[in-house]
Amino acid sequence: MMSDNSLRLVWVYPDLLSTYGDQGNALVVERRARQRGLDVTRIDVRSDQPVPTSGDIYLIGGGEDRPQRLASERLRRDGGLSRAASNGAIIFSVCAGYQILGHEFINDLGEREPGLGLLDVISTRGEGDRCVGDVYGDIDQRLGLPPLTGFENHQGITHLGPTARPFARVQLGRGNGTGDGTEGAYNDTVFGTYMHGPVLARNPQIADLLLKLALDVNALPPTDDRWYEALRTERIAAATQPA
Amino acid sequence: MDGNTEPLSPRAKLAVTAGKAAAAVSRAAGRGSGSVIGGKVALRLDPDLLGRLAQHLDVILVSATNGKTTTTRLIAEALRAAGPVVSNALGANMPAGITSALAGGSDARFGVIEVDEKYLAGVARDTTPKAIALLNLSRDQLDRAGETRMLAERWREGLAGSKAVVIANADDPLVVWAASSSPTVVWVAAGQEWKDDAWSCPSCGGVLQWPNDEWFCADCGFRRPAPSWALSGDYVLDPHGSAWPIHLQLPGRANKANATTSAAVAATFGVPPQVALERMYGVQAVAGRYDVVSFLNREVRLLLAKNPAGWLETFSLIDPPPTPVILAVNARGADGTDTSWLWDVDYTRLAGHPIFVIGDRKLDLAVRLEVAGLQFQVCETVDEAVQYAPPGRIELIANYTAFQDVRRRVGN
Ligand SMILES: [Zn+2]
Repeated sequence: MMSDNSLRLVWVYPDLLSTYGDQGNALVVERRARQRGLDVTRIDVRSDQPVPTSGDIYLIGGGEDRPQRLASERLRRDGGLSRAASNGAIIFSVCAGYQILGHEFINDLGEREPGLGLLDVISTRGEGDRCVGDVYGDIDQRLGLPPLTGFENHQGITHLGPTARPFARVQLGRGNGTGDGTEGAYNDTVFGTYMHGPVLARNPQIADLLLKLALDVNALPPTDDRWYEALRTERIAAATQPA
Repeated sequence: MDGNTEPLSPRAKLAVTAGKAAAAVSRAAGRGSGSVIGGKVALRLDPDLLGRLAQHLDVILVSATNGKTTTTRLIAEALRAAGPVVSNALGANMPAGITSALAGGSDARFGVIEVDEKYLAGVARDTTPKAIALLNLSRDQLDRAGETRMLAERWREGLAGSKAVVIANADDPLVVWAASSSPTVVWVAAGQEWKDDAWSCPSCGGVLQWPNDEWFCADCGFRRPAPSWALSGDYVLDPHGSAWPIHLQLPGRANKANATTSAAVAATFGVPPQVALERMYGVQAVAGRYDVVSFLNREVRLLLAKNPAGWLETFSLIDPPPTPVILAVNARGADGTDTSWLWDVDYTRLAGHPIFVIGDRKLDLAVRLEVAGLQFQVCETVDEAVQYAPPGRIELIANYTAFQDVRRRVGN
């Protein structure tokens, strides 16, 4: 799956969708790939540049409402990310980026904005307060990952269609905001979540899952994860035992 | 500029007296300076008090994401060359704190007021300022402050038709967009190292181009205005092309930028740049920031950095390696409770420094530094970090409440 000898890691639209520290996800994937001896080419694609179709892993972050609309318009017009998806590339998206990967969302003008339709989800906007705070939950057991920890900060509500599976179920926090406890969505190669933190820094095993899918391997050499583990323990305790 | 000599109404006088009494009670109870509680009591008795107090002053407002407290101080020092100044020097920058500060300055000619970004439009409406200095806008406390561009939008609406002279940073596209609605703008090339909130055209959403400092939008033509004042190295260039040396006790490029803007503000009130800059030299530390303290027989310089742009400017002013660096991060209410912003800070700039990590969220920082490939040591307390640090003056960089914690501990 990996093109030539270098893992091609594409960070989509940092000029529009990099407001909430989600570029940390790119830093974590790159670091963990290099720790396994992989060569990594990180490609940051600005929204006036074409999205390359030959990437192995694509990451998209959260952003504010107007940049989200602009990003969706430009990604639809460009078509590169959709072609990459049909080539089987791994795509991991957060918050505003997650909504863009769905069929539609509510834009800054209060109108329904089409997304890319790479995930079978539809997003609307909640009536109440923003969901802000630490989240704790269980990742879909088919993925074989430890509990999810993250930080949510959004007002979106995302409904899953029949071909999208919930990425996780929250024990604490709002997740998709639908009231059924679901958080995020995924299919075979495309993932979406509301979790910041950034989520891959809080959950390095998700970063490894993306690497395994992109490399088409079942296991990766171990890494020294003691600081990640210490942070996870602290944040899970903070979420489950509020002061 | 002619001051207004109309005396305060009896109701306003009563409000001022009640506010001072409340502040005194609050101080006596050990609850800080009491300026905010005093202001709240006064405003409740007389909601128009802020405007009435401001009537008697030439008001200068200062707002920004970073540097507003320091710049307020620099402008206040410069303007003292022309007359007495009242100022919210302690950084109480919302309406109650501002009211309280102004109530203490009945003899002043100038009111130099730091204003929280979110309150600028309202305070500008209430106080009819003669000048407004706008330094920069960037991401800060995203869990509650809302969108940076929306703040620029609110500034823009609030400043439309204002009679104030707006002194604004031509190098920050969000500030330029916000200031462009005012009829009179003095543009200052003050620089802005942080660019990550300035890729998207605030006017049309196009991608801003930065071939050099002369940024522009290829889609709508929005571009950097020609500045009449500029920071150039260690000099302020005035509109006549004269260069004035900057001598500050405050460190760093950002403070030279603040001095440049302050000189432009002072000139608006007839204080020449040379006089203004000489007076600014007297500013040593602002609310503990930049202070060098002695702690456990070590010298520690205290640096406050609240958001990614602030950390970036701070990295550029610290002493080079092998100077030890202590980093302190909390995520309490006043800091913003989301620590994701740590990932927008380029910590690889600290390579070569011995690094020590403290604060409520030291583990977030540990993971951040691990991923940046840096060596670091996690410590429980500032005492421990100082004791482990190798010889030499220590640079301590902290975000808001972490900074307050450290100040309390080191007795500053
Ligand atoms: Zn434009």
